[in-house]
Amino acid sequence: MSNGKTQINRRTALKGLGAGTLAASGVLPGSLGFAQAQSSAPIKIGFQKHATGIGAAYGRWYDATTTAAVARINDMGGINGRPVEIVTEDDGTDPKRGAEVLEKFATQHNCDVAFGTLFSHVVIGSAPRAGELKLPYFVVSEGHHVASGMLNRYTLQPGITDVKSQVKSMAPFVGDNLGKKVTMIYPDFAFGHDHRDFFSEAIEAQGGEVVAKIAIPPTETSFTRYFPNIPRETEVVYHVMVGPGVLTFVKELGEFFGPSRPEIFGFIDSLEAVSINSPGLEFLEGTYFWEGNPRHAQANQTEFDKAYREAVGVDEMGASTADAKDVSTYAHMFGCWETLNIIKAGMESAHYQGPGDRAKLIEAVEAMTDMPESMDHPQGPKRFNGKTHQTFGVQYISKVENGKLVVQHTASIEDGMYEDEVDYTTQSF
Amino acid sequence: MKDAAKSNALHFGVLATLLVLFFVLPPYHAGNLSRIMVLAIYAMGFNLVFGYTGLLSLGHAMFFAAGMYGFGLTANLAGWPVVPAFATGIVCAAALAAVVAALALRTAGVSFMIVTLMFAQTAYLVVLYFGEYTRGDEGFVVQKAARMIGEIDLTTDTARFFAAYILFAICFLGLARVIQSRFGRTLVAIRENEERTRMLGYDAQRHKLYAMILSGAVSGVAGAAYAMLFGYVGATFASVQYSIFPLLWVLLGGAGTTIGPLIGVLFMFYLIDFSSSFTNAYMLIAGVALVLLTLFAPHGLAGLVRRKVFAWLP
Amino acid sequence: MEFGPHLMLAALEGAVTAAILALTAMGLSIVFGVMRVVNVAHGEFYMLGAVLAWWVATVLGTHPAIGFVAALIIAPALVGGIAMVADRLVLKRVAYDADRTIVATIGMLYIIQQTTLMTFGPDARPVEPPFNTRLALPWFEWGENGFAMFWPWGLSTTSYKLFVIAAAAVVLVALWLVITRTKAGLLMRATQQDSETAQAFGVPVGRVYSLVFGLGAGLAALGAVLVVPIQQAHYLMGHDPLLLSFIVVIIGGLGSLPGTVIAALLIGMSDGIISVFFSPTLAKIIATLLVALVLVFRPQGLMGRAQT
Repeated sequence: MSNGKTQINRRTALKGLGAGTLAASGVLPGSLGFAQAQSSAPIKIGFQKHATGIGAAYGRWYDATTTAAVARINDMGGINGRPVEIVTEDDGTDPKRGAEVLEKFATQHNCDVAFGTLFSHVVIGSAPRAGELKLPYFVVSEGHHVASGMLNRYTLQPGITDVKSQVKSMAPFVGDNLGKKVTMIYPDFAFGHDHRDFFSEAIEAQGGEVVAKIAIPPTETSFTRYFPNIPRETEVVYHVMVGPGVLTFVKELGEFFGPSRPEIFGFIDSLEAVSINSPGLEFLEGTYFWEGNPRHAQANQTEFDKAYREAVGVDEMGASTADAKDVSTYAHMFGCWETLNIIKAGMESAHYQGPGDRAKLIEAVEAMTDMPESMDHPQGPKRFNGKTHQTFGVQYISKVENGKLVVQHTASIEDGMYEDEVDYTTQSF
Repeated sequence: MKDAAKSNALHFGVLATLLVLFFVLPPYHAGNLSRIMVLAIYAMGFNLVFGYTGLLSLGHAMFFAAGMYGFGLTANLAGWPVVPAFATGIVCAAALAAVVAALALRTAGVSFMIVTLMFAQTAYLVVLYFGEYTRGDEGFVVQKAARMIGEIDLTTDTARFFAAYILFAICFLGLARVIQSRFGRTLVAIRENEERTRMLGYDAQRHKLYAMILSGAVSGVAGAAYAMLFGYVGATFASVQYSIFPLLWVLLGGAGTTIGPLIGVLFMFYLIDFSSSFTNAYMLIAGVALVLLTLFAPHGLAGLVRRKVFAWLP
Repeated sequence: MEFGPHLMLAALEGAVTAAILALTAMGLSIVFGVMRVVNVAHGEFYMLGAVLAWWVATVLGTHPAIGFVAALIIAPALVGGIAMVADRLVLKRVAYDADRTIVATIGMLYIIQQTTLMTFGPDARPVEPPFNTRLALPWFEWGENGFAMFWPWGLSTTSYKLFVIAAAAVVLVALWLVITRTKAGLLMRATQQDSETAQAFGVPVGRVYSLVFGLGAGLAALGAVLVVPIQQAHYLMGHDPLLLSFIVVIIGGLGSLPGTVIAALLIGMSDGIISVFFSPTLAKIIATLLVALVLVFRPQGLMGRAQT
């Protein structure tokens, strides 16, 4: 990125215009001095929050998890002895606003890093700006965009497995235990298409086939009329849905099948932030779900999961301790907790002092590999791939038994591995 | 000074101010200028049909998106150089505008509003339908290679600003000229009284068609510029919300004024930026502003200035 | 699923959509017919009805049927009241000028939507239906053994969905009776035909306008209360009903009440039935484009007279 000769440098030009006087009169607040950060000044992490728009249910829980994780880090003495401060901005779950918010983090709040985005279109809309602003951007999105090579050296996803890996690791269980003839129902946009493509490929490798692919148009609010396209021969219905209409979707699926349903395997995305015991969902008894992190505390719950729940304020049913009806986005939000711990570990191993060390931070994170299950990684062990900037973790498959999600199978990290599609480390900073 | 000279002075004054602002503002606000100018181009394109011709379109997002995808797909997927890709974006938007206008102009009033809305909704769904190429709602990143004009790297702050600035200046001065021309005055006549304009021997339909095509092309410039300067193409920009935005900007700034769109975008940008720091419901303030404007300043901020201070405001 | 049962299921689903749409669009149509203004905030009145229904049901916290009935009365009344206040505060002051009303109602759209966001939060909220039994439906066919009845896989509806269709029909009939048989209806019709003359004959046009605006919003809210046990209340849900209502009102012929009902049926049913033949997103594209072309080539609507 060195085209200095063709550019007019803003700062040099500014000096030519008599910046001294302007700065003296206070027109340049905070724009010149941030490189010399004080060692006791807080480390600022910009949190791009889906406070409004279609991602709001996730945003609220991402916020709660982030707050809890930062409180824990600060209790343990902060990062490199400096306290951590979260700077939250609402991106409206909109890619344009997302990019603007990122600029605000970098140039107005002088954040050290940005973090926390879930929805793929916001990530993809913001990531180019992160690269240009040289602002490390840690996303918690589960999208395949990072590992696909579309983004840049400054964008990483170390805290949550991507959809390609999740889907791939589900296929053996579905093929072996539920059936070989699968009908997929998914939203007709890129996230759904990733499910469609990666799962079709993976189930064929298991000797199964996808007999029908039913793409639901986005913004749809009633779903029954699409279900007749499910072929009679279907052995397993594979469903994944997002957005405010998810409860309607699952309810209508149950009403459609009545007493004679095939096996049903869904991604818990279809029911994130929704109680599995909502009226109309009784038919889910005996069906299976992918879970990024088991919502209901299991019999063999780890001490880490227990402490993590307590810190975030979630009970053993995955709902808020303040309001049992307020169900969390438990399968995704652990990503915020783990990502913040990775930022801390990265900053500590890079001896991070300030924005001048951002490249060193990225290199430190790229050097990470295995992360054992621990209080820093309560969802389970992870393996980070520094080349693709993507982490891989264990995945859970739960069965609904007496209104509880009970883990039946844990897919290993290896089940979800795939070949690298990019090597970001070859890109310059 | 004559009114024409005054308005020239105003336009060059605005351009000079923007330039100075870029050099004196803190980096965050200087960076915002590029985005504000690109969006103001979009608003100016919309203003030509809404403010000057009196046609309420609720489908301009499709023209913005046509420019965006026309540029993004050819530059990123087909690997075209920036200039021809950018031109493709503009041509796509103008062609789409020609087709849509030829059909939609058979209607008027509320029907016109709904027909343009429906066409835009169709365009949005088409983007999703061809997800294989467009990546649907998720969109795609325009890679750096597609954002270089020769040696000039549009991903840097300074180059980005000047690219946006030049495009803005061309559209701003160009549209000001159009509006003062015979063609532009006929558009205003159509807005004021279409029947009478027609009786005076003007082909109102043809004028409206040309206005729509020009408006679509300018919106396309904005869409292509957004993709080129900020590196992202996505279906969100084709959604209804992005058809309503230019209407809000133009209404807030002042419909039927040359500087209204810029004022509107600037005002709304900072309204959101400022109010989002203390409330999630930042669009509430935009809503209140709209209602207050309707009650007390029905011609927007620039209209208020025109009425109270400078009657010559173009 | 076989073609016949599939079509029947799509038609049933379409009928539910059409029923809700008829109520919502009727609200918009009456407002346009009597006041000659376009209410862009109409979808937000719908949304508000849905959210208030959830709120009423939650606050009461009793048996779902009681909560639902209470919501059915309270939510539309509240929304109607809010709309009347908005009419007094804003629309009256811009003298119902067509363009300024559009702008003012866009402003109201954001005010209502964002206030709901601030008050009730961004989450999707369910309301429990008062009753909801799955009803499997039979299908008849001439087979080798003559006439036979069987129960196709998946062909079903719920008692609540049938109730929605019936309730919408009852409300529409009642509305028709009010407009044609009562004094209030007479005042409305007089105002609709010529507000100045009506004023001269002592019709309190200002009050009629407020009531009509409230009635229109109340109908949207009523449609929403009926729909929330099927869908969830969410602060961004007003967008689609607004769009569809606009389409219905224009296709039906601006201000024509029978036209509105027919157009609602047409749009609601075709939305369901087109989905039988095409892939879902393609079906949406075709349906949207068809509506646009109908408007282009018959801008006065199906039942309306040529525009003046």
